[in-house]
Amino acid sequence: MTLFKLFRRGSAPVARERLQILLAHERVARSQPDLLGQLREEILAVISRHVAFEPDKVQIKMDRGRSVSTLEVEIEIPNALGAELAKAS
Amino acid sequence: MAQVLVVTSGKGGVGKTTSTAALGAALAQNGDKVVVIDFDVGLRNLDLVMGAERRVVFDLINVINGVAKLPQALIRDKRLENLNLLPASQTRDKDALTEEGVAKVIDELKTKFDWIICDSPAGIERGATLAMRYADAAIIVTNPEVSSVRDSDRIIGLLDAKTVKAERGERIEKHLLVTRYSPGRAARGEMLTIEDVLEILSTPLLGIIPESEEVLRASNIGSPVTLANSLSSPARAYFDAAARLRGEKVPMVVPSDGRGLLNKLFGRKAA
Repeated sequence: MTLFKLFRRGSAPVARERLQILLAHERVARSQPDLLGQLREEILAVISRHVAFEPDKVQIKMDRGRSVSTLEVEIEIPNALGAELAKAS
Repeated sequence: MAQVLVVTSGKGGVGKTTSTAALGAALAQNGDKVVVIDFDVGLRNLDLVMGAERRVVFDLINVINGVAKLPQALIRDKRLENLNLLPASQTRDKDALTEEGVAKVIDELKTKFDWIICDSPAGIERGATLAMRYADAAIIVTNPEVSSVRDSDRIIGLLDAKTVKAERGERIEKHLLVTRYSPGRAARGEMLTIEDVLEILSTPLLGIIPESEEVLRASNIGSPVTLANSLSSPARAYFDAAARLRGEKVPMVVPSDGRGLLNKLFGRKAA
């Protein structure tokens, strides 16, 4: 049945639909890494004004859930500084 | 004022070089001074398509490196004296193509020509981004086929991000050139229609080049199709596209080679 339909309608409508779905996803994905990179840079700039840390001890993750998305920032701070920060808070 | 165009696509084999040569020759036949530049370092082919492969002495990289002066590297077309070619280098030193070097060459060309047409290599690497870097307008060559349309979408994204115009916050003009189009197959639902492609890429149309044997014949003999057979359907479509580039209003039609009823009935396979 599907084959018959394909044959009758031609395959171009399928191509069109596949492209529309794919490109909608790719356009979103394309703009995302930039946003994350920018967030990362700005967050690090703010934190490094107050605490010294190694840039490669930083993890930033973005999870996209159905209703809520989360941005996870994990920064490893050397123990000496960590103690000071805990005291201050 | 000189116009800098980039002919680009992302995907290879869709007709960038053919279109560069055909549009360059069409604009030159109108009396404009035209230079076409091959940016495909290591895999140059514009020289071959234009029939100038045996006349290459110096190339773009030589000019950038200061080995040759620009006028020494320019090859004047034997058929059209106001059509010129700046070939790519056939060596693999792609890094020799620098941003400053390309900027300098294009600035110098702007003082001598009305149209500077940059033939981009396929892909989205350095050669492709440098070819589009200084463009005022882009011609995106697309086949009515899924992989080509997808790659065109990617290239449109790059044009809006990586060109000097885009970085300055200006709009880079974009034109879609659909090549290898078969109206018959599109009407039968076998091929994406022009409307499909336009809707998906939302970019204004510069022209529709019909699928034609004449394109291969022209490249076989080393002549832009607009010179090899100016009455053929692809040539007429390229002339129309060139007129639109000049700002003329030309109705959008897909030229066809006038065929008789018998041919239409029996030549369907080829349509």
